Amino acid sequence: MWRKLGAATTYGWTSPKCGVKYAAFQGLATALRSSAGGAKVARGTVTATTDHHGHHHGDVTKRDFLFIATGAVGAVGAALTAWPFIHQMNPDASVRALASIEVDLAPIAEGQEVTIKWRGNPVIIRNRTKAEIEAAKAVKMDELKDPIARSAVAKDGDPATDENRTLKDHEQFLVMMGVCTHLGCVPQGDNPAKEFAVVEGSHKVGGWFCPCHGSHYDTAGRIRKGPAPENLWVPVYAFISNTKIRIG
Amino acid sequence: MAGHSTYVPKSAFGKWFHERLPIYALVKDTVMDFPTPKNLNYWWTFGGILSLMLVVQIITGIVLVMHYTPHVDYAFNSVEHIMRDVNYGWLMRYMHANGASMFFIAVYIHMFRGMYYGSYKAPREVLWMIGVVIYLIMMATAFMGYVLPWGQMSFWGAKVITNLFSAIPFFGDAVTTWLWGGYSVDNPTLSRFFSLHYLLPFVLAGVVGLHIWALHVPGNGNPTGIEVKSGQDTVAFHPYYTMKDSFAIGVFLLFFAFWLFFQPNYLGHPLNYQLANPLVTPAHIVPEWYYLPFYAILRAIPNKLMGVVAMFGSILILFALPWLDTSRVRSGAYRPMFKWFFWIFAVVCVALGYLGSKPPEGAYVVWARILTAYYFVHFLIILPLLGLLENPKSLPSSISDDVLSKPKLAPAE
Repeated sequence: MWRKLGAATTYGWTSPKCGVKYAAFQGLATALRSSAGGAKVARGTVTATTDHHGHHHGDVTKRDFLFIATGAVGAVGAALTAWPFIHQMNPDASVRALASIEVDLAPIAEGQEVTIKWRGNPVIIRNRTKAEIEAAKAVKMDELKDPIARSAVAKDGDPATDENRTLKDHEQFLVMMGVCTHLGCVPQGDNPAKEFAVVEGSHKVGGWFCPCHGSHYDTAGRIRKGPAPENLWVPVYAFISNTKIRIG
Repeated sequence: MAGHSTYVPKSAFGKWFHERLPIYALVKDTVMDFPTPKNLNYWWTFGGILSLMLVVQIITGIVLVMHYTPHVDYAFNSVEHIMRDVNYGWLMRYMHANGASMFFIAVYIHMFRGMYYGSYKAPREVLWMIGVVIYLIMMATAFMGYVLPWGQMSFWGAKVITNLFSAIPFFGDAVTTWLWGGYSVDNPTLSRFFSLHYLLPFVLAGVVGLHIWALHVPGNGNPTGIEVKSGQDTVAFHPYYTMKDSFAIGVFLLFFAFWLFFQPNYLGHPLNYQLANPLVTPAHIVPEWYYLPFYAILRAIPNKLMGVVAMFGSILILFALPWLDTSRVRSGAYRPMFKWFFWIFAVVCVALGYLGSKPPEGAYVVWARILTAYYFVHFLIILPLLGLLENPKSLPSSISDDVLSKPKLAPAE
């Protein structure tokens, strides 16, 4: 409808001063018209009201400007309105509030591990044996599939040494997310038969195995074999006493 | 939709109503009088069967919602409440759960029929692509429905599948957190899956409408793959195909009833009768049978992102099928080489499904890799080349000629 009205009120809007800008605007308007299937009508209008030479931009009208301006405001408005509908799906205040917990490590004997729940996910806490720690330390960085620590207690991008994945003076405790970095299953550890410890370099002393798609992690929780792309993540935690940690 | 209506209202009321809402004319033209090739075989009855299954799923689903509670603390028990306390609750739930499997059996037959007879070829590309959209919506709907009982398989299935999106570079973690509404699959995830599981079947119904619309523009294909040339080649949809479809639906319902009444849990997984536990992954998790081939493809590739890309790619490649098949002959019945490759492909799909149900170890992984490679080779190399190399059989001059040239059954004495 606007096209017909536009045709009736078209006048040669000449603007020598802002000719360049205006030409760009004209191009946009013409493109919009064409895409709306109105190219024929628009061109017909041009020949009827203006000539093609000089600075006349006969097929650009106030209506075209209003059409584009209204459309632009509408598009921005629609995008702004969509955001609350998208953002409502992100974690709500009550979920975000459950962000920190305290765990007493005293009951965990050497060679034992516990799994606790933090922010809906399992956290594996293992009191590692000397053999496990040695095995982890013996691994060279160039043998690792993921050489980055993935540790919130180390600096971003630090190498995946055993030191960077544990806290100083507490190196026997490995605290990490029990979330396989492949597709989120819980890797199984603490396996007396050592049947999962097929990882090269871990000297068959332990480690974790993800039952879903067969990823193997060594005794420092680093990915060694299988589809997972990253080492098991070490969450933010700190010792608040000799035997107690706070995660989060 | 195709051609002009021949409907002329007879009564005064009919005329009055027709001028205001010509709905009877629409039904008469598109359902009753619609000219349909007279040589359709029983593989063409699965469209009707699928429509019925969608209705079954919607009705049983609406009933289940009357008794189900979408909350992590109550969902599992409310499903048991449906099974034990609600009058005929067991029937409604088994119908819905097995109905999903029947829906997929029917859709796979429908899709393979389309592949064999070249139903995706011009001028039916859009019809085919809408069908692929329907299949994708079905997969999403069934996945979210399987999460609702909040058993172990529900939970870990949800976790693994939503984690597929974490493979997206840069935004992966933000996307999964957004999908979950938290840092793991939890109550917000269950609530939104419930909401969407209720919504999507109605979206599906709308897209099925488009599918049928796109079908009615060129009209049905048929086993010869040649187009209708005259009225001689067609019969009216009603009563000829309404009756044929009804008979097929009856047989299909017998098949459905076998599972429903004699093996209602066979197609499910016993672990889903265990309450979801976010701290323990079952030793061996598998998706529902209808996802298994794609699951095998996912696991076949030892790189996370590429595995996810291959899995989605194996479905999305169907959108390109109309252009990958270069043959000028539509129906596989007249393509001697294609026939072989079609059946090899069908066996490969079933074999991938078998591998998807097995642990990702040893020879299973090797085979999954070989067959995954073949799956893509079929679409990307074999189909384009076949159209150029193959020497198709000569086509009949018309549908009618083809029907009349078939040996007649002996007349009844």
